[in-house]
Amino acid sequence: MQVVIVGNGVTGVTAAITIRKLNPVALITLISSESTHFFSRTALMYLYMGHMQYRHIKPYEDWFWTEHKLNLMQASVASVDFSAKEVVLSSQVRVPYDKLLLATGSIPRALEIPGENLAGVQGFYSLPDLENLEKYSQQIKRAVIVGGGLIGIELAEMFYTRCIPVTFLVRENYYWGNVLPPEEGNLIQEHIREHGVDLRLNTTLQEIKGDSDGKVKAIVTGQGEEIPTDLVGVAVGVRPNVSFLKGSPLKLNRGILVNPYLETNLPDVYAAGDCAEIVPDKDKNTYIEQLWYTGRMQGETVAHSICNRRTAYSRGIWFNSAKFFDIEYQTYGKVPVKPDSETQTLVWQHPKRKKLLRINYHQPTGKVLGFNLLGIRYRHEVCENWIREEKPISYVLKHLREANFDPEFYRRYEKEIIQAFSRQLSAVIP
Amino acid sequence: MPTSDQSLAIGYNYQDQTDLLQKAGLTLFTVGLLLLLLPSLPIEAALRQGLLWSGICLSLLGLGLYFGQTYRKSHPGVRNNGVWLRGSTSRGNIAWVTAVGLTGFYIILYWFPFLLEGQIRALDTFSQWLRGKPADHWLLYGTFYTLAILLMGVRAMLKYRHSPYQVIRTISVMFFQLGLAYLIPYTLQKLNEPEFYFSYFWPLKYDYLFPGTVSYLINEPGALGVFMIFWTAVISLVGVPILTYFFGKRWYCSWVCGCGGLAETAGDPYRQLSNKSRAAWQWEVAIIYPVLGFIVLTTLLLWLNSIMGGGLLGSLSNGFAQTYGFFIGAIFSGVIGVGFYPIMGSRVWCRFGCPMAAYLGLLQKHFSRFRITTNGGQCISCGNCSTYCEMGIDVRWYAQQGQPIIRSSCVGCGMCATVCPRGVLNLENGPREGRYQPTTLISPENLRILD
Repeated sequence: MQVVIVGNGVTGVTAAITIRKLNPVALITLISSESTHFFSRTALMYLYMGHMQYRHIKPYEDWFWTEHKLNLMQASVASVDFSAKEVVLSSQVRVPYDKLLLATGSIPRALEIPGENLAGVQGFYSLPDLENLEKYSQQIKRAVIVGGGLIGIELAEMFYTRCIPVTFLVRENYYWGNVLPPEEGNLIQEHIREHGVDLRLNTTLQEIKGDSDGKVKAIVTGQGEEIPTDLVGVAVGVRPNVSFLKGSPLKLNRGILVNPYLETNLPDVYAAGDCAEIVPDKDKNTYIEQLWYTGRMQGETVAHSICNRRTAYSRGIWFNSAKFFDIEYQTYGKVPVKPDSETQTLVWQHPKRKKLLRINYHQPTGKVLGFNLLGIRYRHEVCENWIREEKPISYVLKHLREANFDPEFYRRYEKEIIQAFSRQLSAVIP
Repeated sequence: MPTSDQSLAIGYNYQDQTDLLQKAGLTLFTVGLLLLLLPSLPIEAALRQGLLWSGICLSLLGLGLYFGQTYRKSHPGVRNNGVWLRGSTSRGNIAWVTAVGLTGFYIILYWFPFLLEGQIRALDTFSQWLRGKPADHWLLYGTFYTLAILLMGVRAMLKYRHSPYQVIRTISVMFFQLGLAYLIPYTLQKLNEPEFYFSYFWPLKYDYLFPGTVSYLINEPGALGVFMIFWTAVISLVGVPILTYFFGKRWYCSWVCGCGGLAETAGDPYRQLSNKSRAAWQWEVAIIYPVLGFIVLTTLLLWLNSIMGGGLLGSLSNGFAQTYGFFIGAIFSGVIGVGFYPIMGSRVWCRFGCPMAAYLGLLQKHFSRFRITTNGGQCISCGNCSTYCEMGIDVRWYAQQGQPIIRSSCVGCGMCATVCPRGVLNLENGPREGRYQPTTLISPENLRILD
């Protein structure tokens, strides 16, 4: 069996390794235009900050690929000839496949405003983006970042370490307001401002102005304010990287449409990771997941489907993590921006230090629904089990210590947390 | 140039900009170092002493000022900004100059100590006060070594002040170096007792369990000599396994040991330089266990020889101690171990040559409760843990598969857990049952690195 995987990100590579585990003799080829070897995309920021070099962010040493007979090909894919079962490279070379996995990932979403194509306006996703950033951030007076999400704050931290003053435009009325409840967002944005970032809330980008050389020189906000800048970091999200598949028999919407087994409408063609748009069995909405973890889990699932062990993708209890400058963030289960009427939320915040714990539970039954943590680490397994087993909030509070994953000698706050939560609980349960 | 006017408008100091105070600190440090060279000149004793002590004070003050200001400006948190962009910490020119300087110092210290005569004589008064006899090159070395651990220990405490584990661990190595490896042995000398290091044990201090040392200590007047034999034998053979069972080898390697103490403090800026390749691991295994085996075998043979009244080895035993002392003690642990800090990282000796580390490592791997736990499926494979592991362990290999990290070489410094941006790693002393159990939240690759 000849398996060709387009894309060597976490999804493609996890799929390749899993296929190798399930099938010791399959011929497996990974094609990527970006790099020969797999690297950790989430670590690109640390290259710019000087914490690591490129070789450090490769999760496997180079011998790994030859020893496990995983064929690596650095080439750009122009199209796929689905009827001949061949991948067509831009060099016109044709790579035949028995099974094809499309794991092409994302590209930064465009702003669709004037001036977007000026030199010094860029997203931050790929190795070329990193090179451009290095090139355009030399000797600059100010950078503007658009988009209050994870990439936006990464860029802010990166520029901070290079002593570049930053103006950070956020459309929402607090940082990451479409994902985080207000307490979390406010705590983080206070931290952002302590790092000297000029954070502008409720602010959109209207226009980017360039100089006669075609280089960015200023931006204009939605309120009409003009801010001089030498670089604009665009961090308004990503979209599936599927344009090279347009006009083919493959069904696309925003991404490549797949069923829960990650199979496309064409036989022996699969898609997984950021580029896949999953159509659930029932009449639920289609969804695209663009996280490291979901990419890895989809890669594992699709490998089973490719090896004739059809497996439906189920990502299990939701989890995610991030780091905002120095504040670690973890989330487990469901913690929406605004809880529904049956969800009760308990929040504890340290009076001085940047620490926060939020626990959501279902008011009628008491079962725990989700956790948000800032500056405190909890055990993934423990939180996952509590949520899956629908443990009542009283049980969770009694066993809170078991969830803590902070290092030795760290101060524990269970006592304060329980006291605060008991007060909040007695307020809702008269 | 970054414009400070705009940032100053909102009252902010960017931490990575070197300011006037930091530059002043570095200048003072350089002046201090130069002053340390001057006692080599043919000058009178009082001036010599004055120059040496002002050199010591100025360089301590200068570096102290530099570190104080550097970390006063920064928020508490992981600060590895620019580590791989600066030549001094990424094998650039400054690193090579530092390595040549350090190596040169060790070569002079071991083979040409007469070149340090001026500096040694300048310490005579101090030496008389401390240990009741004139200075020698080992006192000079011990003093500089201890000062390096204390000053760079303060730096480590400032740098890692957000992590109580790192702060307490750093205080511990500073305490053991200053007390057990400096003040106590020299005070013992002053009291006409044997110079004894209570923080070094067999097989690192291999001769402490050699028949020659034992008979020498037993014949010391008073009970102290007997206590020293008791101490070293009990800790080496009973204390080490018990403590390692409960805490892993870290209780010694990154909390007590003087070599580890220097690596964790003065070597901290260089920890990222350790080699993480599989080839380096193969070298490590191929060197360190034979060194341990050699020490064990020699100790046994020497005792056999002693019991047989010297019939087995004759005068060979002295020759052994000297040869081993030269190759392992001088060249390996000194010249390469510390001299190459800026090129090969801070734990070359601990990783490739230390018999104590080998002994503790075997215990840690097979008879210990210690492990580094991975938090479920949260690893993003970024590589900070592996990069900043001074022992060259590819921590990420385990973390991204959700496996606990149980490696004989791990000294438990905790830096992987400190630098992890997702809080995935944690040093734990759990029950031995299920110690190797990976998380159920990731499927392991079942692919091994080293068979």
